[in-house]
Amino acid sequence: MIARLGLLTPPATQPDALGTVLLVLVTPLVMGALAAIWRPRRGWPIAALALLPLASLMVLSQEVLASGGQAWLIELGTLTLHWRANGLTLLLLWLTQVVTLASVAYAPAYLRVEIGDQGEQRWLWPLQGLLLSSLSLIWLAADLLSLYIGLELMGLTAVGLMLLPGKVEALVAGMRYLLLALVGSLAFLLGVALLLGAWARLDLGGLAMAAEEGMVLWVAVALLSAGLLLKAAAFPLHAWLAPVHGSAWTPVSALHAALVVKGSFFIALQLWLVLVPAAHIAAWLVGAMGGGAVVWGGLLAWRATKLKDVVAWSTVSQLGYLLLGFSLMIGTAPQVAEVAWEGTWLQLVAHSLAKAGMFLATGNLIFSTGESHVKGLAGASCRMPLSLLSFGIASISLIGLPPSAGFTAKWLLLHAALEAGYWLWLAVLALGTLLGAAYIFRVFRYSFVEDAEPPEARRVPWSMELLALGLAMASLLLGLVAEWPLTLLRTAGGGA
Amino acid sequence: MSQAWLPLATLATSLLVVPLIFALPERAWRVRTVLNLSAALLKVVLVGLMVWGLYQGESYRFSFTVVRGVDFLFQVDALGLMFAGLSSLLWLATTVYAIGYLEDSPNRKRFFGFFSLCVASTVGIALAGNLFTFLLFYELLTLSTYPLVVHRGYAKALDAGTVYLRYTLTGGLMLLLGVVALHVMVGDVTFGEREMLADLGPGAHGLLTVLFLILLVGLGVKAALVPLHGWLPRAMVAPAPVSALLHAVAVVKAGAFGIVRLVYDVYGISLTYELGLLTLLAIIATLTILFGSMRALAQQELKPRLAYSTISQVSYIVLGISLFGPFGTIAGLVHLMHQGLMKVTLFYCAGNYAEELGIHRIDELDGAGRRMPLTSIAFTVGALGMIGLPPVAGFISKWYLGMGAVEANMPWVIAVLVASSLLNSAYFLPIVYRLWFRPGPAHGVGEWPAERRTGRFEISGWLLWPTCSTAVLSILAGLLAGLPFSPLDLASFVTAEEYLP
Repeated sequence: MIARLGLLTPPATQPDALGTVLLVLVTPLVMGALAAIWRPRRGWPIAALALLPLASLMVLSQEVLASGGQAWLIELGTLTLHWRANGLTLLLLWLTQVVTLASVAYAPAYLRVEIGDQGEQRWLWPLQGLLLSSLSLIWLAADLLSLYIGLELMGLTAVGLMLLPGKVEALVAGMRYLLLALVGSLAFLLGVALLLGAWARLDLGGLAMAAEEGMVLWVAVALLSAGLLLKAAAFPLHAWLAPVHGSAWTPVSALHAALVVKGSFFIALQLWLVLVPAAHIAAWLVGAMGGGAVVWGGLLAWRATKLKDVVAWSTVSQLGYLLLGFSLMIGTAPQVAEVAWEGTWLQLVAHSLAKAGMFLATGNLIFSTGESHVKGLAGASCRMPLSLLSFGIASISLIGLPPSAGFTAKWLLLHAALEAGYWLWLAVLALGTLLGAAYIFRVFRYSFVEDAEPPEARRVPWSMELLALGLAMASLLLGLVAEWPLTLLRTAGGGA
Repeated sequence: MSQAWLPLATLATSLLVVPLIFALPERAWRVRTVLNLSAALLKVVLVGLMVWGLYQGESYRFSFTVVRGVDFLFQVDALGLMFAGLSSLLWLATTVYAIGYLEDSPNRKRFFGFFSLCVASTVGIALAGNLFTFLLFYELLTLSTYPLVVHRGYAKALDAGTVYLRYTLTGGLMLLLGVVALHVMVGDVTFGEREMLADLGPGAHGLLTVLFLILLVGLGVKAALVPLHGWLPRAMVAPAPVSALLHAVAVVKAGAFGIVRLVYDVYGISLTYELGLLTLLAIIATLTILFGSMRALAQQELKPRLAYSTISQVSYIVLGISLFGPFGTIAGLVHLMHQGLMKVTLFYCAGNYAEELGIHRIDELDGAGRRMPLTSIAFTVGALGMIGLPPVAGFISKWYLGMGAVEANMPWVIAVLVASSLLNSAYFLPIVYRLWFRPGPAHGVGEWPAERRTGRFEISGWLLWPTCSTAVLSILAGLLAGLPFSPLDLASFVTAEEYLP
């Protein structure tokens, strides 16, 4: 498993691709800063300029694929940072760039038609750039220091993005989120300190060799996991999630649900695989938390009255599937772990694309009808707005119906659970599917109501419609070509 | 030689129409009509080409890997082509019918978009070459029919849609679990490679039986086997063309087709027989046949009576395949086609009566034969076929079912057939009697509930011609059963593949 994470790759003797990595990390920052000065009014200049980071990522991909995984040592005075890139890193980097690009390109039209002049719009651009860079750092980092920097930057940036609307509710929600993020970071930092004190090293590859079972390790892992799972909104630490989305801007919600919570999950899974790769009882407990998340999140989404809350609670439920992966990958037979490994990453990608698409579509629906409640959608399907279609396509993936990527991921997870003999997980996956269908079709039921007053509909700008549809379609069609991302996972140092 | 493009093109005809229809504005009904009809015609031609090719010994296959060990596979065999042929023919007829039926009603764009998606799913189900691909389109069918069921948008329709989803999604989930479990046991299950499961040996028989039951529940929901039939009568709130398609080819038939696949192409008839599951199927089918007929008898409205009759009739297919022996197989497969033709005719007629005269209840039909002779003749043909009278197609089905029962040494099945035929007569003949022999508004007695003059003939041609043509086809399928390319010929072709080594 450590080999799959790319942590065993020896550092390159000549740091040839380091320049490209730095380019991937820095370009979003620069572009964000530029956009703060010359604020974009349209989506297309962003799309055109976004070719720059995409191009640098393309170059990095080629270099990594050609060498079959790369690792770098960066000496900063007495500090040594460890970075690495393998198939998994590339997959996550691509995902982050695509989703961020879509939400950034969504923003200009959104700000123009929906927000007007309110809020601190100037700060949206540099913060989004910073978020992209910090996420990229998290995917690349192979030592606890880099991970901590990435995590802290990501958390603070996310808080900043939440505060942008400048309204009271947004400030309250943002401050609460800040508090949580700080508590989470503190727990994480304590865990890191324990590990540093015990084994005097921070690089994950080295810790995997050095760490010994014992009280210290367990307390450290518990602290790290508690901090990360709080940030990842894992059940039962999820209550903060929906209120945060309530007042946030739509593209910010999309980024947060699709990527930010995944960052914490990624770090947590990575640390478990490195530090306690055989702790199957503890992993089973995390899996049970996941099961609880699937069911409870689904119930909350089902009961929610606001459209955005439905989408937000469904994130809790979907993250539960990822947590199930813990129990299927840690301390299980290799063939189970392999299927679960692929299923988990596919689920992550599927959920990111679908959830981002769904948030954008939800934003469009709310903008178009002027109603934020589920009931406000009554009769919305009469005009067959594109946003409703996008919402539907994204929800196919969330429920896990074919041919979506969510379905293929569920197939793999079911496969792993059956092979491992975890019957309870079968029930959880089945129940999750049914609850998913219940909360999604509740929304659609309203949209098909015919005898309601037809709502006043505002025209949604094309760029907003198309971006939501594009992300949703990507999550749908990825299910059929799931072999592509999975091949990427297996190649470049991830196949062993 | 293997040609991959033909099955793909067949799927594409209805699948690609979907985005085009959604892209067109609501008022562009001319373009939409042309698009729908030409796609439907094209599909009939393409399926015809494949049937021709299959007789020439061509094979059509298309596959790619979805994830490691799981393939998307289209593989054309005679059984799949039968179903594809049925679906493409009835799509054409029903498209014509729906254009006429929904004239001037709102949301036609949404209707036709999902209608095409629904037909695309049935084609996918027909051409699927393994369980994974089958499951893919089976679930897509659930999704695409939901908007059609709730199309009218009033509370009753929405409730029916919710019930429909509860049943079908749970069924789909069972199917998914069963398919994944089979996959963990033996890997990708390609249709026709039935040795895979038989080779597992007697040790696996217990598990295989459980899996069979799980899969049967998954498929039985759509096939409306008792006690999983609860959604079907409620789904009657959908517009008439949807009911027609749902009952004749799409949902109910997809379930029955899936059971045929399960028995013949996944487990293999010998293994199913060995596991003792054929008897179970026969019992379930018998119960469903008798229960459906009884309930049909109790209905006072036309469409619910037809709905319960579907529950009963579709189980003839299951009964046929549960009879071990070629005749039983032929009976089951041929009924797959025949029931489709006859039932679609009956639903068109019910739609015609409702559209032209506002008739929903059976006791309002008095004397309608005089006012709408062609529709009533078509209805009579369908009803007689359902009862099993020659020369309509239904006779062939029942004849082979009887022979199959003798061959399988299950004489009690004949008693079931007789009982069911009597019940069929009991609920169809009174309607026919009312149509032709009772005086009604056409004879100056009383009034039609809501009469409209929608066309030059007894009703608008868009509604009349599909009705007549499917009625004629049901007679032809019976009269010309001995000719090549008839349903019976195709069914015999499939059966020969199954029983000859």
